Amino acid sequence: MKRSLLAATGLAAVAALVLAGCSTEPAPEGDITITYSNFISNGGNEENLATIVEAFEAENPGVTVDVTTLPYADYFTALQTDLAAGTLSDVVDTNYDFFPQLAAAGALAPIEVSNAGAYRESLIDAYSVDGVSYGLPSSFSTVVLYYNADLFDQAGLEYPTADWTWADEQAAAEAITALGDGIWGSHQPVSFYEYYKVLEQNGESFLNADGTAVAFNTPGGIEAAEWLVNKSGTVMPTIEQGQGTPDFDTNLFVEGKLGMLHTGIWVFGAVADVPFAWDIAVEPGNTQQASAVFSNAVGVSANSEHVEAATAFAEFLTSSQTMVDVRLDAGWELPPISDEEQLAVYLTKDKPANRQAVFDSLDGIALTPIVATGQQEMQDIINEELIEAQAGRKSVADALASAEERINAVIGG
Amino acid sequence: MSVSTLQTSLVDRAAVEPSRPARPRSTRKGIRYAITVLAFLLPSAVPLLLFVLIPMVSAAWISLTDWNLISPQVFVGFDNFVQLLSEPRTAAVFGNTLYYILGYLPIVYLGGLALALALNQALKGRALWRSIYFLPVVTSWIAVAVVWRWLLNPSNGVVNIALGWFGIDGPGWWTDPAWSMPSVILASAWKDLGFVMVILLAGLQAINADLYDAAKVDGAGPWARFINVTLPMLSPSTFFVIVISLINGFQVFDQVYAMTGGGPAGSSQVVVQQIYDLTFRYGQAGEASALSWMLFAVILAVTVVQIIGQKRWVHYG
Repeated sequence: MKRSLLAATGLAAVAALVLAGCSTEPAPEGDITITYSNFISNGGNEENLATIVEAFEAENPGVTVDVTTLPYADYFTALQTDLAAGTLSDVVDTNYDFFPQLAAAGALAPIEVSNAGAYRESLIDAYSVDGVSYGLPSSFSTVVLYYNADLFDQAGLEYPTADWTWADEQAAAEAITALGDGIWGSHQPVSFYEYYKVLEQNGESFLNADGTAVAFNTPGGIEAAEWLVNKSGTVMPTIEQGQGTPDFDTNLFVEGKLGMLHTGIWVFGAVADVPFAWDIAVEPGNTQQASAVFSNAVGVSANSEHVEAATAFAEFLTSSQTMVDVRLDAGWELPPISDEEQLAVYLTKDKPANRQAVFDSLDGIALTPIVATGQQEMQDIINEELIEAQAGRKSVADALASAEERINAVIGG
Repeated sequence: MSVSTLQTSLVDRAAVEPSRPARPRSTRKGIRYAITVLAFLLPSAVPLLLFVLIPMVSAAWISLTDWNLISPQVFVGFDNFVQLLSEPRTAAVFGNTLYYILGYLPIVYLGGLALALALNQALKGRALWRSIYFLPVVTSWIAVAVVWRWLLNPSNGVVNIALGWFGIDGPGWWTDPAWSMPSVILASAWKDLGFVMVILLAGLQAINADLYDAAKVDGAGPWARFINVTLPMLSPSTFFVIVISLINGFQVFDQVYAMTGGGPAGSSQVVVQQIYDLTFRYGQAGEASALSWMLFAVILAVTVVQIIGQKRWVHYG
């Protein structure tokens, strides 16, 4: 039985004491080891990362990279513990959501980017503060609409295209659900990450212009929430039927029981070998097109003893030819590069056929709303309220009104 | 470990009280004695210091600061405590924790007692049964939580399917705010039943058989013997089970984290889950540490009340 849970927070301090006692041994003359903590390679791309690391080590004799890989779900808890204990790796992964906290805390060293032109402009800008880079984008991905072409054929429907709207999706989802036999029309998670996007698709936004209060409690915002919530039990399974559990949606699609799936290009690998025809399209909007784009980046610890080597590795990891080749070859998200010609290779790869949709989705981008404090709490509150509405325990209007009040109290609006 | 310390202290009481060890005669012997004692204590004292005492002191300091684990700490005095006391969710998480304890304790005690009484009989394969009932105790909570989530799955879980045979429309269990805590209680009671059984079984076997014979001679039936002999003689074990269960109950976390994550809509959010969320999700380590100390104070108060109250109902020997 446990006891140490009490005062668990104090553990961080102990970790610092313990680790201070076993600091790194001096490396042999000239040879240095830099540490890199990542989540980007977890779940299938570990060897791809190793290929990039080996190429870097070959080009930089005397520098060894010690890689630690953690699952995404645990990564940020571990990162915060490392920050508190002062044991941050020389190079660390971050995502767009967490970057502002890291930068604001002074945990990251400013990076003098030697080849800024190599990066996609919007991405490198996303990781700079007042014109100074504190992170280098390592990859990006978008969310698209996957569809099971066989089910569309069975229901006698046209395949989704880039100019589809919510109404088109709704009609197709209903027709596919009507096929019966445990087949559902369309799956879209009921969550923060979908909600801010569908708000944009409806011409609304999650936060007000200066990010001090929420802006979703409007007729358009309610309509957007209903677009998510009302799928449940009509064209999408309910929570009781399993909706919302990890990988439920992807598994349903892989089993051939789902017509359309809203998810990121990171599941290309998981659905590659399904025994039915499938493809992707740009996600439908209502009044305008808006797609979620997620990016990851690496930063260099402000306390690193090897800032120069760490920066060199960070640049290699995010802009080298090896990285581009490995990522494109493996379909490991997308390299953050500006060179469209190199990216063209991506279009020639095998399934899905309409890879152009990945780039088309970049025409209208919905960026994650970020607040100065209370980001996670804001996300938890909107998730909770949307699920209350999905379960029918609250009306959508009540849930949004409650979410507005609670979130504004947290973010200081 | 809390279990062993309390157990030892109870055993010590019995063993030590009648004859205290003789005092060492000379200072030299005294020092040697002290060193010997320290040497034996060291293996448990070091982890205790590192993982319990230092974190507790650190948490006391952190509770007086505003800290998100990343930026430097800012001293804020007792603001975190004031903030916690003014927030309705503090009362809610203590309320949920109390709900858990009140649901869990009777089930696990009565269930454990029933098992102990049954397995105290001359039953065939008794040792095997005891082992089987003890298995859940040594199983990881994560594995148990996954299995229980599956058993209690609202649409295709075994429990609701079985209820369906009797025409009962099973509840939403962990998807329904009204049933999420009962789900956690059920799984917890199932898992800890074996532990309570073992403690009570030991207590039952320590009861002098002569007492039963004497009661029989006086004409007491099985029920009267149970009420007037078994229960009073079992009271030290019962006391131990209640103290331990309450302490662990207030610190309930693993099963909540793994089964419901505190949801839906915060309906199973308990104190320690709140401490975890505040620290690692919301970047409010100061408030989390303050909450840890509030929890400590509550557990201490409850335990002291029990230790004082035990004189009225616990019979040693």
